[in-house]
Amino acid sequence: MNYKWPNVIVGLHWLTALVVIGMFASGLWMVDLSYYSDWYKTAPHWHKSIGLILLGATLFRLIMRAFTKRPQAHGTPIEKRLSKLGHASIYFVLLSLFISGYLISTADGRAIEIFNWVAVPALGELFENQEDIAGDIHFYLAWTLIGLAGVHALAALKHHFINKDDTMKQMLRLR
Amino acid sequence: MKKLTLALAAALSLSTAHAADYVIDSKGAHASINFKIQHLGYSWLTGRFNDFKGTFSYDEAKPSNAKIMVTIDTDSVDSNHAERDKHLKGDDFLDVDTYPEAKFVSTKIVDKGNGMMDVMGNFTLHGVTKPISIEAKKIGEGKDPWGGYRAGFMGTTTIALKDYGIDYDLGPASQTVELELHVEGVKQ
Repeated sequence: MNYKWPNVIVGLHWLTALVVIGMFASGLWMVDLSYYSDWYKTAPHWHKSIGLILLGATLFRLIMRAFTKRPQAHGTPIEKRLSKLGHASIYFVLLSLFISGYLISTADGRAIEIFNWVAVPALGELFENQEDIAGDIHFYLAWTLIGLAGVHALAALKHHFINKDDTMKQMLRLR
Repeated sequence: MKKLTLALAAALSLSTAHAADYVIDSKGAHASINFKIQHLGYSWLTGRFNDFKGTFSYDEAKPSNAKIMVTIDTDSVDSNHAERDKHLKGDDFLDVDTYPEAKFVSTKIVDKGNGMMDVMGNFTLHGVTKPISIEAKKIGEGKDPWGGYRAGFMGTTTIALKDYGIDYDLGPASQTVELELHVEGVKQ
């Protein structure tokens, strides 16, 4: 009954939250930078590097999650099903964001450099106008993820303040 | 009277039929529309439009009667860099969703002799139509090895991005773009 998510999973959850918000803001900001901005080259470079690192972390997280016993879920059967659907949507959109972002930058066969440490190779142009289509998808998915994250946060607050259960507390390590 | 009208009609049709109509061989890629723009004033950045089509009519004896029309699919811009192409297609530059087509229609051709011509016409880009002048040169014409007849030209012109409502600041050295056209037409 008192089982909690392990520290690593909780840590990855909050790291993902932080990075997703940062990536969302930086993504919207960097596409409007002027050509002579100091950030014109740096911001996209970091955005891509951090995105790919988060992809690695997310894959690790999903594998670990698959082998981890979950804490007790609270709420009615319908709420539990909605919660499952919500979490699945978040992971799905997150993974789709990685893929669409990767497809923008690799459409011409160029690799993506992660902070100039390693180069993630390209698969080349998989479909016509790849950078534009992937770019549009990336943009709308980003807004979708922020929307889903908002619903996710509201649901956590509902657990805490309305249902007064420990769903949020255990994620905040307050119990 | 009837004979005269017939003769006149025949003469008219002869004179118009004399200027041959050509379709630009974009299918066989014996034509290209290239551009170059200064990068920071330190080098030239070159690119091209991959998809365009056009026609021209040309008569060697009367170059000034020639006509040319070319339409360009703006979303075919290709500078050999996907991220840059995405930027070029976006609303900072070509805004290809709103303006999918650029177009050149000649209005007047001034024969300067020796195969040199000034091709004046209206160029539409980014929703703005402005008169421009293309300095053109005939490269050659004649039979091709497959039973057809071809004529080819090249032309260059310079446009200011601001004239076409493209005002993303690329720096003082990059205010203008040079366009270079190579067209080979197949006689119809």
